[in-house]
Amino acid sequence: MGVVGDVLSDGLGGLSHNVITGRIEDLVKWARSRSSWPASFGLACCAIEMMATGAAHYDISRFGMEVFRASPRQADIMIVAGRVSQKMAPVLRQVYDQMMEPKWVISMGVCASSGGMFNNYAIVQGVDQIVPVDVYAPGCPPTPETLIHAIETLHGLIESGEIMRRREVTGAGADVHVEEIPATSVPVLLGSS
Amino acid sequence: MTMIANEGAQEMRPRSELSARELFREVGAVLRMSEAEASALGDLPEDPEDDQTMVINMGPQHPSTHGVLRLMLELQGETVLRCKPIIGYLHTGMEKTAEQLTFMQGGTNVTRMDYLSPLNNELVFSLATEKLLGIDGDIPERAVWMRMLLSELNRMSSHLLFMATNGMDLGAVSMMIYGWREREEVLRFFQKVTGLRMNHNFIRPGGLAADLPAGWRDDVLRLLDMLPDRLEEYDVLMTGQPIWRERLQGVGVITPTEALALGATGPILRSTGVEWDLRRDMPYLHYDEVEFDVVVGTYGDAFDRYAIRLNEIRESMRIVRQILDRMPSGDYRIQDKKVTPPPRARIDESMEALIHHFKIFTEGFRVPEGEVYVGIESPRGEIGCYIASDGSPTPYRMHMRAPSFVNIQCLPHMMRGGLVADAVAVISSVDPVLGEVDR
Amino acid sequence: MSAEVTTDGTEMSEDEVTLLHGCPLVDSRGQQVLFVSRDRYLEVLRLLTDEGFAMCVDLTAVDYSRFMTRELPDGVTAERFEVVVNLLDISARRRLRIRVQVPENDPSVPSLFDLHPGTEAMEREVFDMFGIAFSDHPDPSRILMPEDWIGHPLRKDYETGSIPVQFKGAPS
Ligand code: SF4
Repeated sequence: MGVVGDVLSDGLGGLSHNVITGRIEDLVKWARSRSSWPASFGLACCAIEMMATGAAHYDISRFGMEVFRASPRQADIMIVAGRVSQKMAPVLRQVYDQMMEPKWVISMGVCASSGGMFNNYAIVQGVDQIVPVDVYAPGCPPTPETLIHAIETLHGLIESGEIMRRREVTGAGADVHVEEIPATSVPVLLGSS
Repeated sequence: MTMIANEGAQEMRPRSELSARELFREVGAVLRMSEAEASALGDLPEDPEDDQTMVINMGPQHPSTHGVLRLMLELQGETVLRCKPIIGYLHTGMEKTAEQLTFMQGGTNVTRMDYLSPLNNELVFSLATEKLLGIDGDIPERAVWMRMLLSELNRMSSHLLFMATNGMDLGAVSMMIYGWREREEVLRFFQKVTGLRMNHNFIRPGGLAADLPAGWRDDVLRLLDMLPDRLEEYDVLMTGQPIWRERLQGVGVITPTEALALGATGPILRSTGVEWDLRRDMPYLHYDEVEFDVVVGTYGDAFDRYAIRLNEIRESMRIVRQILDRMPSGDYRIQDKKVTPPPRARIDESMEALIHHFKIFTEGFRVPEGEVYVGIESPRGEIGCYIASDGSPTPYRMHMRAPSFVNIQCLPHMMRGGLVADAVAVISSVDPVLGEVDR
Repeated sequence: MSAEVTTDGTEMSEDEVTLLHGCPLVDSRGQQVLFVSRDRYLEVLRLLTDEGFAMCVDLTAVDYSRFMTRELPDGVTAERFEVVVNLLDISARRRLRIRVQVPENDPSVPSLFDLHPGTEAMEREVFDMFGIAFSDHPDPSRILMPEDWIGHPLRKDYETGSIPVQFKGAPS
């Protein structure tokens, strides 16, 4: 990365070089992890704690996540907060399918992770039967601290992972299918019209 | 979403598939319309092309902050003609699970029903169990007052959350932050007392799980000092605001007759002017010994329901103050060998105590045959617990009369003839908790 | 600490089994329970509604197939199912519980919809969970379980255990 001088007082003029170098992959991963918008998928008691995490005391916007999107198309992370019933399972899957790649899933609470104390006919015993889960947050309900820890863990995963992981290989996480465009040798000339 | 979450007959059928008589059954009897009005509704235009209505689907995953409620609305332009709530997306089979858990463990289960007022769920379950055991008169004074204290604080936290979500649903986003901020303060107290922020399982058959921690009185006083100013702030922010009033007044109106016929309780019933509060009218615990007012509305609209909840916070604070004055010392649970585990200190000394402790927690205690129904006033209305026992340590059948489940059936009623933009305001003013609706 | 207010003394007399509208009225732990036969169910409820029990607070059912020896007043034969209705009289502040025996081979009960429209959802729930049909119900469909679910979960012969996820044609 470039050498940065006193940016606060000098602005960009404080850069000793006006070019910053780095790997685009790092930049992409950094950007992704720092503004991952969650889809509001509140189901039960855990959803209340998820909302509490978004409120004043815990202030989830410190992690660039305060924008809970109602539309799955605009969301990056699905926080499955609460118990998933048999009736809800197809809906959950559909919302997941509607989310754009790359996407991640946090399974919040024991109910979402394993069915929790409700091992009965009505509850899906673990949401990972329906969607691939990246991080499990334990607890019933997980306190906002636990959720924040899960989010941090996920950020770590996003930043250390490949930007294009394939689910067939890893079995989890973002399912990005890009067509490889072979590099061409045609130079891009700047300044020529 | 309709494609996959297709619930067939549970969904609202298009008007053209219904005969006029069926429609009268559906709309007429429930909504208590006049027969002429209802049959006019059933009149289909000659040409189906003229049918200008449209059925839209809201939910189960939708922006308003009330979980997984799904509504189907029939619209004509922007007017809602019919509405049908479709529920069950959070059905957890708790009543079945309750049959596997002992009376001792049951609290863990019921507390997860209405997750905004868990302590009231535990309370009603414990009261029902105690009635079955026949020890309902022997609960120590301190335990009773502690139960009241927790129940009232829980009412406050639940209503504060309503303030937040109601504000959020109507676009007052800063209210969202404020409501949660205050609720968090109450939760801190709960965490100190019960160890958990939610789903406490603290009120148990026979008393409570533990005594109040040292310094609890100061914590409660701090809460009571803090809240009045904050509530004033709400008044400034919302109650007096023309936009807020425009948005709520005259929206989602329900009459007393309708509310009673539909079995609605709590703030919904009170908003229509019917004074009915189980705390006053069928007192349990020591509610007959404290002084408080039952807040009622006049018009039965969403604004009344908002105002009632806001003022109920104030009434609860009044009750809490009286509880602070009267909190006796003594035991926090009944000293009945049958239902109470031995004190921790005795377990270290005596083998019998250890065995006793082990037995109570693994096998539970036997409860005499019979069945009871106990109802108390939760923040959302009458929460009732019906337990049938066959003499074993687990309930033979446990059923919860969930206030939200009944209140939500008022939605079609409140929405009929309203604007689709008000739908969210109406849902919000009913304040349903889906965990309790679906159980 | 009783949460109940008992019915006022008028209907209670000294003998063990009192009758209210010809049905045995029992005092169970300070709560009034009325055992109504299925044939007279609607009729008695209509009478009670006129008497002031205008609000139907709760309607549920119990599957007693594993507990047929329960205590019932004379003249009431135990059947597998019981429909339990909780009525409330707001002005007199009293409650009344109705228990109706429903046989296994014909699990059906008349619907209370015309008297108490609020029971619509509760009856659907009982149908969903116990498979008790309510005749004349305006919308006899499941309410909590998915529409194509097989079985009635709260029956005692329905297993509790977890079951594999059921998909309804969702794209994988
Ligand atoms: S994990 Fe606990 S808190 Fe979360 S949904 Fe399940 S029961 Fe509720």
